[in-house]
Amino acid sequence: MTDSVQQSGLPALETRDLAKSFTLHARDHLSFAVLSDIDLAVHAGECVVLDGPSGAGKSTLLRTLYGNYRADRGAILVRQDGEAVDLVRATPRQILAVRRRTLGYISQFLRVIPRVPTIDIVAEPLLALGVGREAARHRAAEFLERLALPHRFWELPPATFSGGEQQRVNIARGLIAGHPILLVDEPTASLDAVNRATVVDLLQEARQAGKAILAICHEEATRAALATRFFPVPLKAQAA
Amino acid sequence: MTADLDQPVLEVRDLAKSYGDRRVLSDIALSLWPGEVLAIVGESGSGKTTLLRCIDGQIAPDDGEILFHSRSQGVVDLATLSESQRRRVIGNDLGYVHQNPRDGLRLDLSAGANIGEPLLQAGLRHYGRIRQIAGEWLAKVEIDASRIDEPPLRFSGGMQQRLQIARNLVTEPRLVLMDEPTGGLDVSVQARLLDLLRRLVADLDLAVILVTHDLGVARLLADRLMVMQAGRIIETGLTDQVLDDPHQPYTQLLVSSVLQL
Amino acid sequence: MNAPIAKTESTAGSYNFAYLDEQSKRMIRRAILKAVAIPGYQVPFAGREMPLPYGWGTGGIQVTASVIGRDDILKVIDQGADDTTNAVSIRKFFAKTAGVRTTTRTAEASLIQTRHRIPETPLKAGQIIVFQVPIPEPLRWLEPRETMTRRMHALADYGPMYLKLYEDIARFGRVTTAYDFPTVVNGRYLMSPSPIPRLDNPKLDRSPALQLFGAGREKRIYAIPPHTTVKSLDFEDHPFTTERWSQHCARCGASDSFLDELVVDDRGTRRYVCSDTDYCDSRLAAGGGR
Repeated sequence: MTDSVQQSGLPALETRDLAKSFTLHARDHLSFAVLSDIDLAVHAGECVVLDGPSGAGKSTLLRTLYGNYRADRGAILVRQDGEAVDLVRATPRQILAVRRRTLGYISQFLRVIPRVPTIDIVAEPLLALGVGREAARHRAAEFLERLALPHRFWELPPATFSGGEQQRVNIARGLIAGHPILLVDEPTASLDAVNRATVVDLLQEARQAGKAILAICHEEATRAALATRFFPVPLKAQAA
Repeated sequence: MTADLDQPVLEVRDLAKSYGDRRVLSDIALSLWPGEVLAIVGESGSGKTTLLRCIDGQIAPDDGEILFHSRSQGVVDLATLSESQRRRVIGNDLGYVHQNPRDGLRLDLSAGANIGEPLLQAGLRHYGRIRQIAGEWLAKVEIDASRIDEPPLRFSGGMQQRLQIARNLVTEPRLVLMDEPTGGLDVSVQARLLDLLRRLVADLDLAVILVTHDLGVARLLADRLMVMQAGRIIETGLTDQVLDDPHQPYTQLLVSSVLQL
Repeated sequence: MNAPIAKTESTAGSYNFAYLDEQSKRMIRRAILKAVAIPGYQVPFAGREMPLPYGWGTGGIQVTASVIGRDDILKVIDQGADDTTNAVSIRKFFAKTAGVRTTTRTAEASLIQTRHRIPETPLKAGQIIVFQVPIPEPLRWLEPRETMTRRMHALADYGPMYLKLYEDIARFGRVTTAYDFPTVVNGRYLMSPSPIPRLDNPKLDRSPALQLFGAGREKRIYAIPPHTTVKSLDFEDHPFTTERWSQHCARCGASDSFLDELVVDDRGTRRYVCSDTDYCDSRLAAGGGR
C-alpha cells in the first residue's frame, strides 16, 4: 500500500477548495467560517506541519480531514489501493474503511473508553484489521515498552493516568496499525524531554518508512525535528 | 473483512406507518452491513422503537420495503411475508433484545433452557450439546455457570438482561435488534452490560441496530448514528461526526442537552 | 365374563340410534374426516350435551356414537379393565341406545372405547379404538392461551416442548413424564396421546387400526389413520424408554404388560396384576399363570 503511494508520485492526501463553517442554531443560527479554499497536498515520506495562530482552524482542519467534522464543500482525496477516495462524498461505510486501513488520527487528548485496559485500547486498531488478539497485544506491548509506559499500567484502564501517560497511550494506539497517512495533533504537548524524543523518533521512523504525516505542533524543537514542510492556515474573519 | 463491503444485511426503503391521522414513521431509509452497529437515537415519540418493531415484524408498515439478505433465500422483503414464511426465511438469523428482559425470557424455565430454546428451534436434538453450549454462553455473558438450572425469576435485572442477550446471540444471528438494552438498569450495571455488548459485537462481527435515547451508549457502541424526530430521520452519519459536528438544529439541541461529567 | 353378552332389546323408544340425532352425528363425522385427513391435528367440534358430566368421557362417547353401527361389537375399558364403574356404565349406555353386541374380548371387538390405556392384544386392521381425552393440547402447560398454541401448531413451533424434557433431565437425570407423553404424528403435528402410560406409546406407531381421540369438555377431535408414524419426543442422547417392572403379573405371569400395583391386606402386601383384564384372563384361560 505504501509502495504504490510512493511510486505513483501522487499525493497520499490532498484537499481541493476545502471549506468548513459552523452554524449554531441555538444562537439564532449564527454561522462562522473556519476554513475556506484550502488546497493542501501531503506525499508519502513528507511531514507537513500546519502553521498558524491559535484559533486559525488547525485542529478543525485535521478533524475535517478525518471525517470527524463534515466539510461544506470541496474534496478530500485519500489514496487507497491505488485509487483516490473523496471523503467528502464517501458513505459512512467507506469512511470507516479508510479509517481502519489507511488514515490514522492521533488526537490531542486521549478519548477514554472506560474500563478497558490500556493494552487492549492500544491493540484495538490491529484487531479491527483482523489481527489475532494475542499478536495484537504483543505488538501493543512493544509500543508501550518503547514509550516507556510502566508495565504495571498495561492492564489498567487509562482514565486515572496523567496527561503525559495518556498521551503516550494515544500515540501507541495511533501508530500501531501502520496507517500510510497520519493526522497528528500536538503529539508531544504533555510529554517530558525523554518521552518527547521517543515520540519524535517514532514519527520520524514512520515518515522514513514512507508514511505521509500531517501534524499540528507548537513545540519548537519538535517542529524542527519533524517538519519537511510547513503549511500556513490563515485565520478566518468571524462572519456577522 | 473486505468481502462484506459487498452485501448489506438489511436495507429499509421508504418505510411509512400511520395510526389513523397520526404519522409515526415517514420516509425511513437505512442500510446495514455485517459488523456494523447503527444506533438510532431520539426522544420519546420519535418513532425509533416503532421502526425497530417494524423490522422485527411486530408491526406491519403501511408502505415501503424491508429487504433482508437471508442466508438461504437471497433478498426478501420482510414487509410482505406471512408469519410462517418469515420464520422459514429468517430462521434464527434475527435477534430482538427487549428493553425489559422479562419480555424476552421464559421466567419460569431455567437459564439453561432459555438459552437452549433457540437451539432447539434450530433443530438441535442433543441434550448434552445443548447444555454444553448453554454453559459456554453463560460464561460469555458473565453469569456463574452454577446458575444454569435456576429460573431467571430469581436473577437481578442486569443478570436477566445478560441472559436475554445470550439467548439472542446463541444462534449467531446475522442481525440483532436491541431496544434500549441498558434502560432501567443501575449505572454500574449498565456499564458492565455495555462493556459486554462491545466485546460481543466485536468478537462475533454482529450487525446491530440499537435504539437508545442515551447518546453515551451510542458513542460507545455504534459506528453510525441516526437521529429521529417525529417519525423522520433528521440526521445520519458516523457516530463521532454526528455527535461532534451536529448540523440540524434538533441534533445540536440533543447533543448540547447531554451532561458532560 | 369371557362370553359375549347377549344382544339386548333394541333402542329405548324416545332416543335415536346411539343417542345422538343424525345431524349431530354428521357434524361429528365431518370433524372426524378432517381429523383423519390431517393426522394429529385438533379439529374443533360442536360438542353436544351428554347425559354425563365433563371428565367422564363425553368426548369419547360422542365419537363412538357417531361411528357405531348396528353390526359393531363394542368393548369399553377404563384403565384397562372392563369391569370398573365407568366402563360398565358406558357399555350399558350403548347397549341400551344402540342395541349393539358388547364384549370384553379385544380380539372380538370392532370398536373399542378406552380411558387411559391401549389393550395389550395388538389391534388389527378394521378395528377402531376411541380414546377419551381430558386435555387435548400438549402445549397447554407451557402456553395457556389458545391463540398462541394454535399459532405454534400452525408454524410447527415445537422447540419449547423439548424444553420440558430438557428441564426433567437437568433436574432428575431423566425424563419423568409417566403418562400422556407427547408425540409427533406423521412427522408434523405434536399430539397428546391422552393419559396412556409410556408403555403404550409405541403401540400408537403404525397401528393397523384407526385411532380416534375425543375431548368433550375442550370440544376437540383428532385422529391417527392406520399405518401412520407416531414418534415420542426424545433427545439423541436420551432416547425414549418405557417402564419396566421387577415382577411378573401375579395372576397370569405376563412380563410384557402394564401392571397395576394392588395392596391386598392390612399389612400392605402388594401384588402386581395386569391392568388389561381381558389380556390377563385370556392368558389364564390359555394355560398361563405362575
